[in-house]
Amino acid sequence: MLTMEEIHEIESEAAHYPKREAVSIDALKIVQKRRGWVSDESLRDIAQHIGMSPTDLDSIATFYNLIHRRPVGRHVISVCDSVSCWIMGCEQVREHLQQRLGVRLGETTADNRFTLLPTVCLGCCDHAPALMVDGDLHADLDPLKIDMELEKYK
Amino acid sequence: MTSSIEKPLTGNIRPDGSVLDFPAYEQAGGYQAIRKVLKGGMTPKAVVEEVKSANLRGRGGAGFPTGMKWSFVPVGEDTPNPTYLVINADEMEPGTFKDRFLLERNPHQVIEGAIIAGFAIEADIAYIFLRGEYTLAATRLSRAIAEAYERHYLGKNILGSGYSLELHLHLSGGRYICGDETGLLNALEGKRANPRAKPPFPVVVGLFGKPTVVNNVETISCVPHIINEGAEWFHGLSRTKDGGTKLYGVSGKVKRPGLWELPMGTTAREILEEHAGGMRDGLKFRGLLPGGSSTPFIVEEQLDTPMDFTEMPKAGSRLGTGTMIVLDDHTCPVGMSWNMTKFFARESCGFCTPCWSGLGWAERILRAMEDGHGKPGDLDKLASQAKMWSPGNTFCALAPGAADPLETAMKYFRADFERHIAEHRCPWR
Repeated sequence: MLTMEEIHEIESEAAHYPKREAVSIDALKIVQKRRGWVSDESLRDIAQHIGMSPTDLDSIATFYNLIHRRPVGRHVISVCDSVSCWIMGCEQVREHLQQRLGVRLGETTADNRFTLLPTVCLGCCDHAPALMVDGDLHADLDPLKIDMELEKYK
Repeated sequence: MTSSIEKPLTGNIRPDGSVLDFPAYEQAGGYQAIRKVLKGGMTPKAVVEEVKSANLRGRGGAGFPTGMKWSFVPVGEDTPNPTYLVINADEMEPGTFKDRFLLERNPHQVIEGAIIAGFAIEADIAYIFLRGEYTLAATRLSRAIAEAYERHYLGKNILGSGYSLELHLHLSGGRYICGDETGLLNALEGKRANPRAKPPFPVVVGLFGKPTVVNNVETISCVPHIINEGAEWFHGLSRTKDGGTKLYGVSGKVKRPGLWELPMGTTAREILEEHAGGMRDGLKFRGLLPGGSSTPFIVEEQLDTPMDFTEMPKAGSRLGTGTMIVLDDHTCPVGMSWNMTKFFARESCGFCTPCWSGLGWAERILRAMEDGHGKPGDLDKLASQAKMWSPGNTFCALAPGAADPLETAMKYFRADFERHIAEHRCPWR
């Protein structure tokens, strides 16, 4: 079941488009914002609400990088692995994170605190290497700085 | 805005990273251009002509003349309704960080440009298509849009002129292919962002089947200044035929990576050596991608080429987004090619076979080479694959953009590729 709050937010976005299905990506993001990810049940509820088939909606949900169709931890770390960050050492960043968190890319820590994902260029190339935790950008990274920044996310 | 004549786009931007808010933007002369247009009696056609003669070329990378694009939109009474304007703020080209700067620091400049562009093409509705990861830009843009509505710069009957424009912010679900004009339109319609076949072009059949102009953030940011100061002034900013200034960036192992607004046509050498401070101590320059990861490499002998849309192709490359990525002699060109090919393979939308199939194959060959499993004949395989990705074989520019850096890497750094195969290892590891 979608909450009243979710429905309200979906409807206010839907008003921006002449066709109802145009709100599909916004709707997925609105639900994910509150629940962390989009479960099969959530997907069916959203599809029903906006008048699409769940299959069509899933083909959209699985296309976009920022929609999670599997559970994630409380915080999502997105490590940029595009070319400027690669030149500046994003592989070392990733290795450090993997070691420290004990997970590989795509996995969530046992305490459900962090999920580690790769991401496309974050537009922070003059301060590479960079990563995002949830919506926050962190740049000019080295192992010490990473450890410090991660402390902020409980 | 009139206060910074040499750097119209960034001259008023605050160095501390804070946003140029509504009062500050107005104080610096902001929102004067829409007064000139809407209250000064300029016709839509006059606006189009001014931008045309300014020779403003699309800063998203393709360099299409903006005024000409606008002039293709059907206007008048018997035309399809509504007409849409879309600002492409889906900056995802690896190595590119210019639009984020403009969006975060000077959002009202983008909005004012959008209102003028909207008026010129007689648009009813405008969207800013922003990449989802640009969270700070999203916050600042939302606020700026609300401020513009409060002051009646947006909405019905703007400044009493009779012109109305609604502006909405759309946050992307995240996918590189959304940066493609027609992929973006499908994403805005709530679909997978597969690019569309052209023709018909979006200016005739675009968003929801209606006439649509898609303009990049930096392009649209130039528009208020062209209106305020005139086409001739805009021309004078440039060192070449392409009008205006350009936001040039440098990333990689240089002394001072960064972003600078400079005259269009500044040479790569000047940007690299004077602004970025040259290579870090102990490192040598080997080559650079002039404007993001889908532009062809240039090397030392091409560094004096003016970085613009006209001159770069003569040197065998393209201006692209104007944000260059520098390769040094301690970084493996094969590894760099693998990284970029892997990016393109991952972000392929999966529609055209040469792209989804070929990119994955090339990525595996390059990975094998890096791991010491390269085989004689691999370079020929890569070359024939890259040929398959050329324009015309696919709907959009993703695969051609993957071919350009790979083909030029194999041309300029061939010995490095051959060494990987002969020595069964990556010499840089």
